Amino acid sequence: MTEAPEKFVGGGVPRKEDPALVTGRANWTDNIKLPGMLHATLLRSPYAHARITSIDTSVAKEQPGVVAVFTGDDLAEEYDKNPQANPAAVTGYDLSLEERSNGGASVTETGDNTGGETVDEKTRTFVAWIVTEDLKVPNHWPIARGEVNFAGDIVAVVVATDRYKAQDALEFIDVEYEPMDVVTDLEEAVASGSPLVHENLGSNEAYTWNLDTGDIEDAFSNAALTVKERYIQQRLIPNAIETRGIVANPDPINGGYTLYSSTQVPHILKAVLSAYCGIPEQRLRIVAPDVGGGFGSKLNAYSEEVIGLVLARKLGVPIKWIEDRSENYLATIHGRGQVQDIEVAADSEGRIQGMRVKLLADMGAYLQVNTPGIPLLGAFMYPGVYTFPAYSFECTGVFTNKTPTDAYRGAGRPEAAFAIERIMDALARETGLDPAEVRRRNFYEPFDEPTTTPAGIQYDSGNYQMTLDRVLELADYEGLRAEQQRRRESGDPVQLGIGFSTYTEICGLAPSQVLAALGAGGAGWEMAKVQMLASGKVEVITGTTPHGQGHVTSWSQIAADALGVDVDDVEVLHGDTAIAPYGRDTYGSRSLPVGGVAVHLAAQKVVDKAKKIAAHMLEAAEGDIEFEGGTFSVVGSPDQNVTMQRVAGAAYLADNLPEGMEPVLSEEYFFDPPNFTFPFGAHICVTEVDTETGFVKIRDYFGVDDCGPVINPTIVDGQLHGGIAQGVAQALYEEAVYDEDGNLTTGSMVDYLIPGAPELPNYTLERTVTPSPSNALGVKGVGEAGTIGAPPAVINSIVDALSPYGITHIDMPASPWKVWQAIQDSQGRDPGTRDADRSGRPSQATDSATSMDPEAGSTNPDAPTGGDRT
Amino acid sequence: MRRIQMTVDGRAHVAEVEPRLLLLHHLRENLGIGGVHAGCNTTSCGACTVHLDGESVKSCTVLAVQADGHEVTTVRGIMDNGLWHPMQQAFHEAHGLQCGYCTPGMIMASISLLKEKPNATEQEIREGLEGNLCRCTGYENIVKAVQLVQQHSNGQAQPAS
Repeated sequence: MTEAPEKFVGGGVPRKEDPALVTGRANWTDNIKLPGMLHATLLRSPYAHARITSIDTSVAKEQPGVVAVFTGDDLAEEYDKNPQANPAAVTGYDLSLEERSNGGASVTETGDNTGGETVDEKTRTFVAWIVTEDLKVPNHWPIARGEVNFAGDIVAVVVATDRYKAQDALEFIDVEYEPMDVVTDLEEAVASGSPLVHENLGSNEAYTWNLDTGDIEDAFSNAALTVKERYIQQRLIPNAIETRGIVANPDPINGGYTLYSSTQVPHILKAVLSAYCGIPEQRLRIVAPDVGGGFGSKLNAYSEEVIGLVLARKLGVPIKWIEDRSENYLATIHGRGQVQDIEVAADSEGRIQGMRVKLLADMGAYLQVNTPGIPLLGAFMYPGVYTFPAYSFECTGVFTNKTPTDAYRGAGRPEAAFAIERIMDALARETGLDPAEVRRRNFYEPFDEPTTTPAGIQYDSGNYQMTLDRVLELADYEGLRAEQQRRRESGDPVQLGIGFSTYTEICGLAPSQVLAALGAGGAGWEMAKVQMLASGKVEVITGTTPHGQGHVTSWSQIAADALGVDVDDVEVLHGDTAIAPYGRDTYGSRSLPVGGVAVHLAAQKVVDKAKKIAAHMLEAAEGDIEFEGGTFSVVGSPDQNVTMQRVAGAAYLADNLPEGMEPVLSEEYFFDPPNFTFPFGAHICVTEVDTETGFVKIRDYFGVDDCGPVINPTIVDGQLHGGIAQGVAQALYEEAVYDEDGNLTTGSMVDYLIPGAPELPNYTLERTVTPSPSNALGVKGVGEAGTIGAPPAVINSIVDALSPYGITHIDMPASPWKVWQAIQDSQGRDPGTRDADRSGRPSQATDSATSMDPEAGSTNPDAPTGGDRT
Repeated sequence: MRRIQMTVDGRAHVAEVEPRLLLLHHLRENLGIGGVHAGCNTTSCGACTVHLDGESVKSCTVLAVQADGHEVTTVRGIMDNGLWHPMQQAFHEAHGLQCGYCTPGMIMASISLLKEKPNATEQEIREGLEGNLCRCTGYENIVKAVQLVQQHSNGQAQPAS
């Protein structure tokens, strides 16, 4: 190529990922078939808490096509078959299981839980985020031994020649259970006398973690007013449309294993499985083929992955397991699940002086890789975009007999953003200020250098006024308030709500030292390798693992601009630990601000080296060479030039290089950022609330977001669309409901309302650009922004619509039933009867106090929800 | 076992199958068509949507034996001499996909929708795609893709990019 290529960064380059996906040619885990492959299916506990008194697998073993059936006891000795696991495998992870059990905090010491079997003295666990020294870590066998702790816990595995036969055989496994007392409610779980999920731990409290800054007592004792609220973060089920799945393949040549897994985190998975299964790290290859969504649910290492590897080792053949949707509901991690008590102290002008937050966070029955750390990602973000002198945070992690929780899109930050943005509206109500004004009064002044927050971290850059001002214009705020007033005055049965959310989030995980200090084990860097081939074409190897985010396209844009080549001349390789041995994967909106920046920096290293070679080729001093549009030329003599491609060819042939220079243009960069990044934005959700039916329609959704400079605006818009959709889903539709026996009553797509196209609005989005000083591209990350910003905007909007009724809160999900119920309660009506009479509808604002029954409607599975689907 | 014959993406296939075998699994496991995706196996998500004699069906809720003697079209069978179907092109242009797992089913459902209602309004498009779930896009760009095809509905295949 001789012409200077266009600049690609900032352009809506069409996605390179799409051709395989729109033509049905992608390589999903379930598409992998290997010679001799057997299929595994899993028997799962129907009880939330029970002792296994006996298991008889003899009849199952006789079934057609069945090769083997194993219980937890059968495989107990298999996990440690290779004791020479490379300790380096677990660098950065507190997965040194021997050490943990020697630490004594969580060693299983009695035989009670294993039905009298000999107890293994190790504590087996997947958890890698040790939030406190005294974190209680329950023993987590891949297949339960003696006791099951949630409905869905694995009890046995069948291996057969095909999936139908393996599934059939599950029916013939005879298990006797002795049911135990169950605890599902967070507050009951921490009350004295509660049934214990793990009796040997002595308590359901996994840990308590605190953060305190400033003089909180002083702030509250001198406050003109205080506002205290309780919010419930319901459990959510991530529901990637591709379920999990694995193929574990023993490699006959090097004696190692390849695990294909539908995962977001092949590198993290490699470290955890190497330690858990005793497979030396250099003999374990993890491949994430095309992955059909994750949203945090595939940011983990799961029992099924251990079972697959151990069976492949034991049986010497490839083992495939594909999760079905009902298993996905029970056995893939859930998200959220918190009780939030939040209190702010403010002066008479509505300026916050201090904030107290106290959380109960649902761990579920076991600790998965990040389970205890998720609330900590929120801990630093409750102050939001507001600055004040004192902050106190306390979180208690609580075991329950439910599916383990872990990261779900936003992971801790949606919870924080919801609490602060809801209580800002409460503060507006108390002070009589407009919700926009009370926010404005507490904003930071615009800043472009790191600025310390009430939580003691440093935001990188922000201009919150700018996004708020713009979204007010975009939504025509004054026009909306005028319409709202008209509807109120005319007694329109459909009331208008206007809800704000001015959020920021912590992302770009991130600085290794900080992660280590939080107990997450460090290793927050990301790797990129940029290699120019002999033909002048480019390969980028990245340690990130995209599963819908479009890294192949965006990384191509970054590399193409840095190298001055065409975007189609760049290929991006990812998702295979044999191709990218180093990597820290994709989660926490980290890929661009850490991994994408690494691509840029690696490409810069290539350019630096190429410049030396170009100078040599042009017989000029390096200082006289300039590089633009893919061409090196001598300053003042533009005819003396050589293209990047020709330099790459020369570097490859290596017959005429500067003295002592290594051949080939191939450079690696490991980027460990100095700080997190903090994207922000202002959202306005406009709802129409039908006061006769409780039905909420999102009429418009406005967002002005700032994630710094944008690499690909099409992809960024797409991330915001999907993020807002999942935030709206939490606000209006989704909830994992358990009955008192610990049965998940929303265990299918029929019972758990994932919004479809009719349930969701269009999104009116704009952007401002405030670069981050934390990285060379100034980028911030955008994957979770919508999910963090949306839920409070939606609920604030509904509450705003219903404020004439004196309604001050609706729990999520705000189903028509819940909204209708709240209206009935506000009118003092018997909630059991439905009155068609409209007399209760106020024609003007009233100050009727409302007492909402906190129990009412929070978890009624029979209640109608916000839509239906055929 | 039952002997069945069906035409899939223009090719005739004969197979011996168990009566209980789902069409989804027949297409994937016996015929090797990895572009038909399993999402829920309960007719909820639509990832497995194919056309049976030109009508969209969820292949997880059709038995292979029910398709005996019929014609099945998957996302792999809608291209014309290597040229993308306009709906495939539109999903690409409108960024109507992210992870791409729902996409083959979504494309097949969208083709079927426009066949029935060529001038569907935005609301009718949204309602027409109600049986297909996407967890990534928030649907706006999927709706735009369908509208793009409406705008260029001259029935011509677009060159693959």
